[in-house]
Amino acid sequence: MKDDLAQFFADKTTEIKEAFGELTVAVTPAHLLGVARALKEEAGFKFEFLSDLTGIDCGSGRFEVVYHLLSLLHKQRLRLKVKTDEGPKLPSVVSIWPTANWHERESYDLLGIVFEGHPDLKRIITPDGFTGHPLRKDYPLKGEN
Amino acid sequence: MPENITAEQDQGERLILNMGPQHPSTHGVLRVILELDGEVVVKATPVIGHLHRGIEKLAENMTYNQVIPLMDRLDYCSPLINNLGYVLAVEKLLGLEVPARAKALRVLLCELTRIQSHLIWLGTHALDLGAMSPLLYMFREREEILDMYEEVWGARMHMAYFRVGGVAAEVPASFFVRAKKFLAGFPEKVDIYETLLTDNPIWRKRTQGVGIISSQDAIALGLSGPGLRASGVPWDLRKALPYSGYDTYEFTVPVGKGGDVYDRYLVRIEEMRQSARICEQALKTMPAGAVLAREPKVVPPEKERVMTTIEGLIHHFKIMVEGYNVPEGEIYAAVESPRGELGFYIRSDGGPRPYRLKVRTPSFVNLESLCKMAEGQMIADMVAIIGSIDIVLGEVDR
Repeated sequence: MKDDLAQFFADKTTEIKEAFGELTVAVTPAHLLGVARALKEEAGFKFEFLSDLTGIDCGSGRFEVVYHLLSLLHKQRLRLKVKTDEGPKLPSVVSIWPTANWHERESYDLLGIVFEGHPDLKRIITPDGFTGHPLRKDYPLKGEN
Repeated sequence: MPENITAEQDQGERLILNMGPQHPSTHGVLRVILELDGEVVVKATPVIGHLHRGIEKLAENMTYNQVIPLMDRLDYCSPLINNLGYVLAVEKLLGLEVPARAKALRVLLCELTRIQSHLIWLGTHALDLGAMSPLLYMFREREEILDMYEEVWGARMHMAYFRVGGVAAEVPASFFVRAKKFLAGFPEKVDIYETLLTDNPIWRKRTQGVGIISSQDAIALGLSGPGLRASGVPWDLRKALPYSGYDTYEFTVPVGKGGDVYDRYLVRIEEMRQSARICEQALKTMPAGAVLAREPKVVPPEKERVMTTIEGLIHHFKIMVEGYNVPEGEIYAAVESPRGELGFYIRSDGGPRPYRLKVRTPSFVNLESLCKMAEGQMIADMVAIIGSIDIVLGEVDR
């Protein structure tokens, strides 16, 4: 699978690696949608099931969004990663995997990552009127933001 | 006008009805905004987050061991399976091999947990639909399983019994006797549950053809577990991507056809039988030996050593207070919980605390498909549909 990925996405990915028995593909935001769609639709990949989508506050480099894909056909998992800077904006993958809807809302709510093209990007876990994004590393553990 | 309801929704002939978050059949604090045309649901919008405790944020500030009891509190109906997913993820990062006996004990206890979780689901689901008596039968058996838990580790619900490297302690011999007795009689009890519901005309009327979801929609919406299988997709992580030695046990994965509430019921009923089968095999083939890996950097020394030697005491103190460093990297470990794919994503920066812990809880994702299942259904069926997804709000909101 690793070689297939390297061959297929030759210039679109920034990194393809295998660690702890798991495949990771890193892309730039510009290539995210194209690569995601190909991963879902190409017969050799068929990652039809989006298990998980989450954001991480990496500190200085700021944010990273991680997509965990699953191919029911090939019984294979894949991690798709994309880096973004301060004031993070990424294209939404709801049109590819509808399940991303709530996941993206959660990442928006807890980390403040904006997904452009999301049908209804609003807070999901925290109440309306809440300010701040609790999973950011600079959000205090105690007291108020 | 209640909050969260837009002016657009408030116009016209359609009625907006607020269901929950204090509605008994929402199984916790779930609120659903129903848009109704007469008695037909045009749109159902779940509103969640009432039970958010910031578990992921808390975990970032705890050592790897301290996180284990927090995981129990996500899905409080199947605490041990949550423990398992988490410790598997940490073990994978550490490259730690778990002794065979610990693996088998984990499988045995996890399958008892699955039975227990399905029992509480079936009891409350039937109660929601007006069948009072099944609940009393289910709780009788569930009580037996909780008693077994108590015998193993002293706690009845939040066990926190699994450890990175194995399980906390050897189980008492009396537990095996009790488990054997319970499992011998259990399949017969499932038959009794079925006599109460499977051919019951009221039960069938309330559940057949209700809340249908196709296999394509189920996959697109990330539905997993019995819900996905009831739609005809034979996907079970225990079979497809086995963990903790599940590949050594014989069991079948029940699959439905129609993807309605009734099929989800049948799938779970059969899963209870299959879980009992796995338990029987685990009891029969239970290997002897240690229940914790010998890895002094991660696993504290035996109690005897801690209490009698200063070196043991210091060793124990250091692991408990400082924790242990976990190699830098990232991992995603998923287990098949009674509700579906329960995944743990850990990003480690090489320190003693997870840099980021994301839990992919099946209830959160499965609840998303409620909107699809509820479309065009009667309002009275909402209760049946919500019940059939089997959500645990502790897990939805985290």
